[in-house]
Amino acid sequence: MNHDAYPDNYIRGILNGVKSIAMVGASPVNVRPSYFAFKYLAERGYDMIPINPGHVGKTLLGKPFVASLAEIGRPVDMVDVFRNSSHIMPVIEEALRLDPLPRVIWMQLGARDDAAAAKAEAAGIKVVMNRCPKIEYGRLSSEISWMGVNSRTLSSKRPPAPTQGMRLSLNRMSVGGGETAASDRAAKNRNEPG
Amino acid sequence: MSDRLPGFSTLAVHAGAQPDPTTGARATPIYQTTSFVFNDADHAASLFGLQSFGNIYTRIGNPTNAVLEERVAALEGGTAALAVASGHAAQVVVMQQLLQPGDEFIAARKLYGGSINQFTHAFKSFGWNVAWADPDDIASFERAVTPRTKAIFVESIANPGGTITDIEAISTIARKAGVPLIVDNTLASPYLIRPIDHGADIVVHSATKFLGGHGNSIAGVIVDAGTFDWSKDGKYPMLCEPRPEYHGIKLHETFGNFAFAIACRVLGLRDLGPALSPFNAFLILTGIETLPLRMQKHCDNARAIAEFLASHKAVASVSYAGLPGDKYNSLARKYAPKGAGAVFTFSLKGGYDAGVSLVSNLKLFSHLANVGDTRSLVIHPASTTHSQLDDAAKIKSGAGPDVVRLSIGIEDKEDLIADLEQALGA
Repeated sequence: MNHDAYPDNYIRGILNGVKSIAMVGASPVNVRPSYFAFKYLAERGYDMIPINPGHVGKTLLGKPFVASLAEIGRPVDMVDVFRNSSHIMPVIEEALRLDPLPRVIWMQLGARDDAAAAKAEAAGIKVVMNRCPKIEYGRLSSEISWMGVNSRTLSSKRPPAPTQGMRLSLNRMSVGGGETAASDRAAKNRNEPG
Repeated sequence: MSDRLPGFSTLAVHAGAQPDPTTGARATPIYQTTSFVFNDADHAASLFGLQSFGNIYTRIGNPTNAVLEERVAALEGGTAALAVASGHAAQVVVMQQLLQPGDEFIAARKLYGGSINQFTHAFKSFGWNVAWADPDDIASFERAVTPRTKAIFVESIANPGGTITDIEAISTIARKAGVPLIVDNTLASPYLIRPIDHGADIVVHSATKFLGGHGNSIAGVIVDAGTFDWSKDGKYPMLCEPRPEYHGIKLHETFGNFAFAIACRVLGLRDLGPALSPFNAFLILTGIETLPLRMQKHCDNARAIAEFLASHKAVASVSYAGLPGDKYNSLARKYAPKGAGAVFTFSLKGGYDAGVSLVSNLKLFSHLANVGDTRSLVIHPASTTHSQLDDAAKIKSGAGPDVVRLSIGIEDKEDLIADLEQALGA
């Protein structure tokens, strides 16, 4: 997989396919991005499992915190990692010890570890890096258009009238690759010295 | 569906718009409402806390405006956009996210006179200091960089002279200085030039002009290219530091490559208040659907009229980058191959008096202070749009006393040429 530019169909397939998501680094602090994403995905019907050893014994939006991936005690479809790039590898190694393996490992916006990704892909796991599932879900369903964001999708079909708790359709026509050329440039700039 | 990239004209008609889910209305409805009902208290709290996407209050966002925003973002190749009340409002909102009191930005000397005034006087009262550079001397931008420089601002096609800016060269300087490049793309529109493709990080528009195109609505748009790393060195606290207005959210960390557009909305538009009326957004949107058709006609007419003027005995010179002998012709061929725009200036051998007489003798051209209308327009910048500049600044910005500015419309070019011919001969 080219991790600089994901085709929309790759992301769409993942978000349509997974049901349970273990979020490593989920925070109970309601201004942290992980809290935003956890809440959004739970509202869209995903079976969310918060992983954070510092909060065991408490719950996040009614879901009990679990100390580690190994302690979930049931299969999960996707592991969503809210950790800095430098802390990714141990999480991937832990995920690779799960049985059955998760189908997807997703690293959050700003997080990228190509060696960890290669290891997971060698085990047949799909990998997404430096993206947010909330943003991608909002983009592919065009919900994010409400904020003036370029969803890079078009549709001449009448969408279903929105109701509370509904899952918006992700089946819109995509108009470009998973990433604009401009955003790739930003990633490159970030890696340039000075 | 495969990931096919539609053409510009398809995006101009479709991007951001889909049939209304409730009624099936195919044209974008005008959501003429101040406010939007919440599902429940938790939904309301999620929206106010930026945890959910959705509508609260039209000062912050509106579904009609959102269609305009996504459409312009798509046409410019940006990640997101924000519609505001005017082009001037767009500039204030952008600079509020980038500059703290005492900071500086570098601006091209060749700018719309209203922008020169805004930067020189209004921004000074906010403690935002402008340093001027000359787009004909690219190194002057580099020389103007100081540790307090936070942005560089240029126009893609500069008002009033229609000169073309070397966006790539200035983008290289901006990147080296670690600051975003802001390009005002009003006179080109994304049909002629897409500044993001040439290294712009932020694009601003007076959508009043060619985007809307019919001279009926004032509006502005800000486009986030998604290219700038706001967290790299802590220079942009509105984006990289926890915001007390939102209980400590860091906008760049949370919103990634469209964080600048979000900052403009939730810190700029929300707190400064220059919201665009949904009715105006609808009129601008309707205009954009025909942008490719209109823009080509504007440019084809402008070129024919520039050629006519260049050969007329009463005309001293024509500043139109689309003419082969023009100083900016090679830049025009690189950046705007479909046409060099439709706003340009010329000077008359008879000087100031001949300019005044020409303006009063024209019958089809309208004498007014706007550009980018279906109708052809004429103005004498030295006595109007640029009147608050001193004589030296007028000449430097391309608005000397003998200069007349035209904005060529989409009428039949033969009729426009005939009108100019009778007015020049009168």
